[in-house]
Amino acid sequence: MSEFDFGKPEYFTNRECSWLGFNSRVLSEARDKSLPLLERLKFLSITSSNLDEFFMIRVASLKDMVHAKYTKKDIAGMTPQEQLVVIAEKAHELVNMQYSTYNRSLLPQMKQAGLEIVTEHEKMTEAQMEYADKYFEENVYPVLTPMAMDPSRPFPLVRNKTLNIGALISKKGEKGKAEFATVQVPSVLPRIVRLPVEDGSKVCVILLEQLIERNIDKLFLNYDVVCAYPYRIMRNADLSYDEDEAADLLKEIQKQLKKRQWGEVIRLEIEEKMNPKLLKILRSEFHVKDDDIYEISGPLDLTFLMKLYGTEGMEEHRYEPYRPQPVPGMNDEEDIFTQIRKGDILLHHPYMTFEPVVQFVKQAAADPDVLAIKQTLYRVSGNSPIVAALAQAAENGKQVSVLVELKARFDEENNIIWAKMLEKAGCHVIYGLLGLKTHSKITLVVRREEDGIRRYVHLGTGNYNDSTAKLYTDCGILTCSEPIGEDATAVFNMLSGYSEPKRWNRLVLAPIWMRSGFMRLIQRETEHAKAGEPARIIAKMNSLCDKEIIEALYEASAAGVEIDLIVRGICCLKTGIPKVSEHIRVRSIVGNFLEHARIFYFRNGGDEEFYMASADWMPRNLDKRVEILFPIESPEICERVRHILQIQLDDNVKAHILQPDGSYEKIDKRGKTLLCAQDYFCEEAKRLAKTEPAGLKSHVFIPAERVED
Amino acid sequence: MAIKYFAAICIGSTVTEMKIFEWGGKKAMREVERISVRMTLGLDVYKNGRISSAHIEELCQVLRDFIQVMESYRVDAHKVCATSAFRESRNLPIIQDYIEKQTGLKIDVLSNSEQRFVDYKSIASVSAEFEKIIQSPAAIVDIGGSSMQISLFDKDKLITTQNIRIGSVTTRERLAPYVKNSEHFEELVTDLLGHELSGFGKLYQKDRQIRNLIVIGGNLLELMGPYRLQDKRITAVTKKQFQSVYEFVVGLSQDQISEQYNISFDLTGPIVPSAIFSRCLMENLGAETIWLPDYSLCDGLAYDYGVKNRYLKNCHNFEEDIIAAARSIAKRYKCSQAHIKNLEELALLVFDRMKKVHGMGKRERLLLQISVILHNCGKFISLEDVSECAFNIIMATEIIGLSHAEREMIAYTVKFNTSPFEYYDDLSAKTGITRSQYMIVAKLTAILRMVNALDRTHHQKCKNVTAVLKERTLKITVTSQEDLTLEAGTFNEKAEFFEEIFNVHPVFKQRKQI
Repeated sequence: MSEFDFGKPEYFTNRECSWLGFNSRVLSEARDKSLPLLERLKFLSITSSNLDEFFMIRVASLKDMVHAKYTKKDIAGMTPQEQLVVIAEKAHELVNMQYSTYNRSLLPQMKQAGLEIVTEHEKMTEAQMEYADKYFEENVYPVLTPMAMDPSRPFPLVRNKTLNIGALISKKGEKGKAEFATVQVPSVLPRIVRLPVEDGSKVCVILLEQLIERNIDKLFLNYDVVCAYPYRIMRNADLSYDEDEAADLLKEIQKQLKKRQWGEVIRLEIEEKMNPKLLKILRSEFHVKDDDIYEISGPLDLTFLMKLYGTEGMEEHRYEPYRPQPVPGMNDEEDIFTQIRKGDILLHHPYMTFEPVVQFVKQAAADPDVLAIKQTLYRVSGNSPIVAALAQAAENGKQVSVLVELKARFDEENNIIWAKMLEKAGCHVIYGLLGLKTHSKITLVVRREEDGIRRYVHLGTGNYNDSTAKLYTDCGILTCSEPIGEDATAVFNMLSGYSEPKRWNRLVLAPIWMRSGFMRLIQRETEHAKAGEPARIIAKMNSLCDKEIIEALYEASAAGVEIDLIVRGICCLKTGIPKVSEHIRVRSIVGNFLEHARIFYFRNGGDEEFYMASADWMPRNLDKRVEILFPIESPEICERVRHILQIQLDDNVKAHILQPDGSYEKIDKRGKTLLCAQDYFCEEAKRLAKTEPAGLKSHVFIPAERVED
Repeated sequence: MAIKYFAAICIGSTVTEMKIFEWGGKKAMREVERISVRMTLGLDVYKNGRISSAHIEELCQVLRDFIQVMESYRVDAHKVCATSAFRESRNLPIIQDYIEKQTGLKIDVLSNSEQRFVDYKSIASVSAEFEKIIQSPAAIVDIGGSSMQISLFDKDKLITTQNIRIGSVTTRERLAPYVKNSEHFEELVTDLLGHELSGFGKLYQKDRQIRNLIVIGGNLLELMGPYRLQDKRITAVTKKQFQSVYEFVVGLSQDQISEQYNISFDLTGPIVPSAIFSRCLMENLGAETIWLPDYSLCDGLAYDYGVKNRYLKNCHNFEEDIIAAARSIAKRYKCSQAHIKNLEELALLVFDRMKKVHGMGKRERLLLQISVILHNCGKFISLEDVSECAFNIIMATEIIGLSHAEREMIAYTVKFNTSPFEYYDDLSAKTGITRSQYMIVAKLTAILRMVNALDRTHHQKCKNVTAVLKERTLKITVTSQEDLTLEAGTFNEKAEFFEEIFNVHPVFKQRKQI
């Protein structure tokens, strides 16, 4: 081992800062004028919901650390308090950027395109005002619950993440003695209210809070309303902790549990130029510091923009929806098992359809030779055909085991419902493992064939969710390789509480073996470089923030290994540090589809190895989850995976390159042929789908011609 | 042949395991599923004499799960075996009944010698190397949680098998209060086992050098990564290679082993004691190669089932091993080889001719042969009380491959050869022998008594013998020039009992050739 210390804090980027950087890259899509207008709205909406989640999970837990007097420094040498300061600064910048994009760029263009958002209720036309007031009285007024604060009534409970209107009111005739009142903008009503327009080809909308503001005096009849402004708070009320937090922190927090400030407000968003007196009341009642107050020059909570994305009649402002293509080489005539027996099948979603995965389970459910189906489910779509097929399989008398991960964030309730349904159908449902999230994506079908038991396995990088498979880029393989089949059986036996196998043939599992497995693979490359051989690593993932792995990459780079990383989100690794990371290049692709696949390539002295995994290089993936790393064994598929990686490395449209200063920059396109990896794969999939599947005979009958005499 | 599936379940003292096997598919015999769960039943028994009720409940649940898996494979048959933890549990009948009622599975509790035989079959069956290994002197050591079994082979025949009550789990438990550090542990274990082995060596090994040591159990195979060959299910390690692994591993904690060798913590418990045992054995026996097979009891059960149903060819004659083991016991007690040989032929001849009458099968024929081989061993102790001494010797000597009940049947057959036959009501007061086993004892005794008479003088005068069963008469014709007065006289004495048992009248005839 080298003596050099690759673990110095200055060699790492704080993960929260890196995440904020990622959200800026998403925002840059919203700012990209080459994108259709509604697509840009969508990206802006995403940055807004991303930021909410970030506050709820990450900022909340940093606040907890501060309260628990936990001062352990992060990978980049920052204490929780220091991180909060930097986050506040960057988050403010991000928010400013969001609203300048919204106000200066998007609003005018929307109006031009015939989609007008009336920003202030005063700007409505007479007819619109009349409509709006009627709408208010009929629909809004009945569900409003105004609350006032006075000496006899304490400050009302304002709920987390809700939009509210705060007002100062004074009794009629008693000028100067203003009291605080608040009303929640009802979440049961649509945020966007469509207004009547004279020109029928245009769309004009106003936000619900504007209607309430306009009619606020109707809520406080004996009072004069001095002023009214929307505000929104985010509380630290989430009990779930991020798995990434160290165990000692959790203990510390448990100890401090009583001291924990329940429901502490960690962010207050207010409309710009709010009445200072009103702000003062909010600030003191919510106990927020100035750093945590965000003055917004526009509507609060931009997630409503997603609702505008689907506005009818604006097709030219959206991308034409992409239809996932048939998988090249596959056909509808033969059953899927016959096709898998001919050779491993690579799936690349969403360019290729997710249908083979659904078919895999569906056909297994109906096939009389199938004995058992086992699957891990993490996040499943609402009306999942896979869940239906599993239930059907159990009813057909197959042994069906399903591991349902209930700990999948935000999805708990949904998961419980269909897990119960599977149980009713006779499936053996395993509700996750104690203390570990099961994040691996694996399906095993056991079939009794003429020459004995054969196992078919699907391994993937993305969830078994037919809806997200249209939006996320993921990879998967279908195989009946015997060693992988044996391993898959062992995985499910392990997940059912039985002993792990004596040894694994091909699969590498977290939380036990994956970390050391990756370390070995990286270090092997280092050894090759030290021996003077060419050495190379290409790794594609969502996030990279594991210290041990990054140190190993630094060491590899220092030894001369050429490393290309395609990291969509957080990346705590820094490039361009002399003698540390000079040979490492990092790119982030943010495009229309969410980059989600995890692919790994190691040159291994010419005996190249390709892997895919469900895991990122994050401590939580490597230490706290059940994840699977699987090798690509078919030489033909290896070549195709190499091609996938190469195209992503060649992307000069959607790729952002990490700079030594930690910022990301797009590639200077001058003089280059433009290549957008996602577009390229879409076109390629269409092209490949047209070519006739190899080895399949045409089913066109040729009628014999009449013999002429 | 249609594809067949068989599930073997073994309830061991540390691990409960199920394997499902396939015949008639891609391979001659293929393991298609293995599920195991760690359950330290042996420790319960060692500490409290019985398996805890919590473990019983857990076991029932595991067995129910196993049944589901079995059903999903649609297995054609299954077998459930339990080993030492059950065998030694004081409340065996109670728990056995409870578990059987709860799960619907029938549990066979294997005797030590049966268990070892199955273990031995598991290696012998599947590896072609085995026949080669046992050509030169070899020992199989089966390291269990509470004891180890050493079996010696020479020229492919089993010489002896002995149980030493030192096991990988109990050794740790027993020495824990005294051990200072890992070196001290090594010393104590070496001392303990060395003492036992010197006794064993004097008795059985004599001046043979046991070149090959086959070690079953103890999970040592997991340490031998670099020496393992992909498709071989038995791994050979030289003395030198073993020594280097040994030196590295002996000082490690379970955690360190788990980390170093990338194996599950659950598997690490027996490793250090087993490594010490193996090294100690290697030194004492003079072994040069250690063989580590990758099999468990389940493989042996499956092999047994496969052979019985002719899914597999028997590649090693295991009956020969049982007979060889019996012969070496006879040799130890200085039985007359010539007399035995003569009697074996006669007894088996009569057995075969009488088949229609007695209705016994191959296994009983083997028991008869072993009874003949051992019928005289009591003389080694006392000429006065031969039958009682023979009975005691047989009851105290393990014969690999025979169940306890079978050994008892042989012991009674030998006993009644010379002492008065006891009828069921009397006999059942002393032993757990069942009515059908009793009938076998009676039939074997009748045959043994009668043929024994034919060599009354131990001079093998009756060599050219024919036997013909005609209606209710068995005519035994001896072609001999010698005086057979004594033989004929004793024969007629014994004929009465023979007739009582089979309702067939034996007739002795001498034909003198001119």
